[in-house]
Amino acid sequence: MVEIRWHSRAGQGAVTGAKGLGDVVARTGKEVQAFALYGSAKRGAAMRAYNRIDDKPIINHEKYMLPDYVLVIDPALAFTDNITENDKPTTKYIITTHLSKDELVAQIPELQDKKERVFVVDAIGISLDTIGRSMPNTPILGALMKVSGMYELDFFLDSMKSVLAKFPQKIIDANMEAMTRAYNEVK
Amino acid sequence: MAEKMELKEVEVWDGNYAASQALRQAQVDVVSAYPITPSTPIVENYGAYVANGYVDGEFVMVESEHAAMSGCVGAAAAGGRVATATSSQGFALMVEVLYQASGMRLPIVMTVVNRALASPLNVRGDHGDMYLGRDSGWVQIDAFNAQEAYDLTLCAFKIGEDMRVRLPVMMHQDGFLTSHTAQNVHPLSDDEAYKFVGDYKPYEEMLDFTKPVTYGAQTEEDWHYEHKARQHKALMESKDVIDEVFAEFKKLTGREYKRVESYMMDDAEVAIVALGTTVETARVAAEQLREEGIKAGVVAPRCFRPFPFDEIRDALENTKAIAVLDRSAPMGAMGALFNEVSAALYTTPNRPLVTNFIYGLGGRDFSVEEAKRIFKEQKAHADAGHITTPIQQFSGVRGPKLGFFETKRGN
Repeated sequence: MVEIRWHSRAGQGAVTGAKGLGDVVARTGKEVQAFALYGSAKRGAAMRAYNRIDDKPIINHEKYMLPDYVLVIDPALAFTDNITENDKPTTKYIITTHLSKDELVAQIPELQDKKERVFVVDAIGISLDTIGRSMPNTPILGALMKVSGMYELDFFLDSMKSVLAKFPQKIIDANMEAMTRAYNEVK
Repeated sequence: MAEKMELKEVEVWDGNYAASQALRQAQVDVVSAYPITPSTPIVENYGAYVANGYVDGEFVMVESEHAAMSGCVGAAAAGGRVATATSSQGFALMVEVLYQASGMRLPIVMTVVNRALASPLNVRGDHGDMYLGRDSGWVQIDAFNAQEAYDLTLCAFKIGEDMRVRLPVMMHQDGFLTSHTAQNVHPLSDDEAYKFVGDYKPYEEMLDFTKPVTYGAQTEEDWHYEHKARQHKALMESKDVIDEVFAEFKKLTGREYKRVESYMMDDAEVAIVALGTTVETARVAAEQLREEGIKAGVVAPRCFRPFPFDEIRDALENTKAIAVLDRSAPMGAMGALFNEVSAALYTTPNRPLVTNFIYGLGGRDFSVEEAKRIFKEQKAHADAGHITTPIQQFSGVRGPKLGFFETKRGN
C-alpha cells in the first residue's frame, strides 16, 4: 500500500489532482482510493486530500494515515500546516516553493532532520508559465512521478491526456508541458 | 431517445457519482429533488445528464425536500419510475411524506447519503438520518463503498418495483467516506444495466383514465390497522424478492450480495456488527487480529429494513462476545442496532455476550486501531465468561469515559 497526503488550499485542485492520479493508477490494474477532508470549506481554506494505492481492493476507510508521500501544493502551508504529522522514517516531501531546498529547509525546523527526504519544485511558477494561471495540481504529479518512480513520464503523460480529455487541446498541451517541466525541475 | 454513455471497464468514481450513474442507467421518468450536502452531486450530476441528453425523463427542481418527496409521490402515483436523493436535514423534512409514499405502496428509489442531524450543525457522515427512516415503511439497503452504491441502486429499482413488493426503497451510503471517496468501480454498460432493471410496470396508475383510482384515502379505526398490517407483511416478505434480485445480480456480474454479510465468521469467537464503511475498516482490524491468534469476524446487515432477524441469528449464534456499533446518537436508550441484534440473539440457545458502542458521530474518524481495541475487549468478555465493562460505551469521544448499565449475568 502506498499512501499520499496532499496539503492544499480549497480551489488549488488537490481533489482533482488526487482523483486524476487515481484515474491513472486504476488504468494500470491497481486499486485506488482518493478522498479529501473539507467541511463547509471556502476557497482558500487549508484542506487535505488523500490517496491510497494498492494491488488488492482497498477496504480501509479510516482517515488516519502514515503517508509515504506528502505533497504540499501551496507554498505557505509548508510553514503554517503540520506537514510532518504522522511522519515515517521513509516519508518523502514534495513541496511547492520558489525557494531553493536549502533556503526552505532552513526556515522550517520540522524538516531539518529530514532534509534528504525533502524535494522542492516551483509548481505554481511552472503552472503560471504554462497553463497561464496558478494550478499546481498537475505539475506536482509530474514531480511525484520523478521522486517516486511510480510510472515512466511518457506513460504517465499519455494516461493524463485521457484523464484531461474533456478540456480543450490547448489546456491539455499546457498541462503536459507543466508536468514535464516539474518532472525535470524537481530537486 | 436518450444518448448512451460510453463507460470504461474500470472507472474511478465516488459514491455520489456511482449512484447518479445508476439512476441514469435505470432511465428514471421523474427525479424530483432538492440538493443537500453530501448528496448534492447526485442531483447535480443527474441534472447534467438531463441537460446533455442522456436522460429522457423529467427533472423537477422544487423549493424544499418536503416538496421533493411530494413530487415523487405524485409522479409515482401517476405511473412513472421515480427517484430522488437526500441527506440529513433534508431527510428529516421529508419524513412526513416518507410514510405517505410507503403507505400508498409507491416504489420510489431514494439514494440517501448518510449525514448527522443538527443541532449542532454538521455536514459529515453518521447514521442519524438512516435511523430516522427505520419505521417509515421503506426497504433500507446499505452500501459500504462506491461499487456497492452503484450495484445496489440498480437492485433497488428491481426490488421496489416487483409486484410482490411495491414499496419504496432507500439506498444508503456513508456521507464523505463513500460519497466523496473515489475508488475503482466496475460499471455495467447502459444496455446491460437497463436490461437488468427492466421496463417499469405501472400498477393502478392514476394516468390510466379508464380505471380511476384513489391514492391516500382516509381510513379510521375501521380499516387503517388492516392496511398497516398488510404493509408490514409486504415489507417482511420483501426479503424473498431481495434475495432473488441479489441472486440475479450475481449471475450477471459475479458480485454477490446478501441481506446479512459475514466476514471471517466460520470460526469467529468475537465479532463486530456494524453498518456502512465501518464494516470494511473492521474487516481490516479482524484480519490483523487473526495474525495475532484472535478469532475475529465481522457481521453487517446489508438490509436494515426488513431487519434480517433469522440471518443475524445464523451469523452470530456461535460467537462468544459481540460488539454492536451504532453510528447514531441513541438519546436515552441503547443503540437501535444493538437492541435489534440483541433481540435476535436472545432467542438462540447460546445467547452470546453483546455490548454496544456508540461511535463516529458527526464524522469522527473510526480507525483500524480502535476496531482492534474493541475486538480485544470482546475477547476479554469471552475469556471471563461475562461482560466486564458497562454494556453501552462511547468509542472515540473526548472527555470523561461514558458507560451505561451493567450486566446481571455471570459475575
